[in-house]
Amino acid sequence: MASNAAVPFWRAAGMTYITYSNICANLVRNCLKEPHKTEALTREKVHFSISKWTDGKPEKPTVRSDSPEE
Amino acid sequence: MFRQASRLLARTTTSRRSRAFSSDVPATPAQDSNFIESWTKVIPNLDPPKTPSSFMAPRPATPPSIPSKLTVNFVLPYASELSGKEVDMVIVPATTGQMGVLPGHVPTIAELKPGILSVHEGNDVTKYFLSSGFALIHANSVADIIAVEAVPVDHLDPALVQKGLADFTQKLSSASTDLEKAEAQIGVDVHSAMNSAITG
Repeated sequence: MASNAAVPFWRAAGMTYITYSNICANLVRNCLKEPHKTEALTREKVHFSISKWTDGKPEKPTVRSDSPEE
Repeated sequence: MFRQASRLLARTTTSRRSRAFSSDVPATPAQDSNFIESWTKVIPNLDPPKTPSSFMAPRPATPPSIPSKLTVNFVLPYASELSGKEVDMVIVPATTGQMGVLPGHVPTIAELKPGILSVHEGNDVTKYFLSSGFALIHANSVADIIAVEAVPVDHLDPALVQKGLADFTQKLSSASTDLEKAEAQIGVDVHSAMNSAITG
């Protein structure tokens, strides 16, 4: 089995599939017409709340918002 | 040598297929019978608890003859566009080109490139522009199409698409590192696919 089989150009440049797929999705979202575009941008936001645990109890959680990768 | 030929030919045409293909799938059972039997042996008084398989809709078995309709499940991370819809044909934008899927298609896993998915039901054709994803076609004529972003083609703004195409073509020529070149190339690919979707 050829381990040097033709790989897609993005994998050859060191990008993973998930990064490629997210970039494609962002590009499509940026080209939408107006009412759909604002809905789509809200969908793009990823946020999660993190809380550190000490002595078996969670401390106050912080909400982190990951800005979408471009 | 040729005296044997007619006997051999007759044998292959009359012999029936006695072994199933490995890609044929049986229907999944709604309950795990082994678990239930072992439970009732050990604890006959209590009812066996429900296992996850009893909550799921059982997978349809591979029918012995080709079914007349294809069942399509088209899902996105935030919504399920089509769920168990029976259609005549779908055309998916695989990386190897536009692939038409009819009922009875060979089981395939296809990676999708940015392009148009068209769903044909009788005389209606519904088209979506997909950003990328996968299409899984199973032996029982169920097609699962997964994409990150899918929009009807008339939600795309032609002016923004042209501008994006021009921007990325310019970035591609001025890119220095491999990663920048790859990103610019992705931009050019996606925008030209959107362009041909709008105009085509």
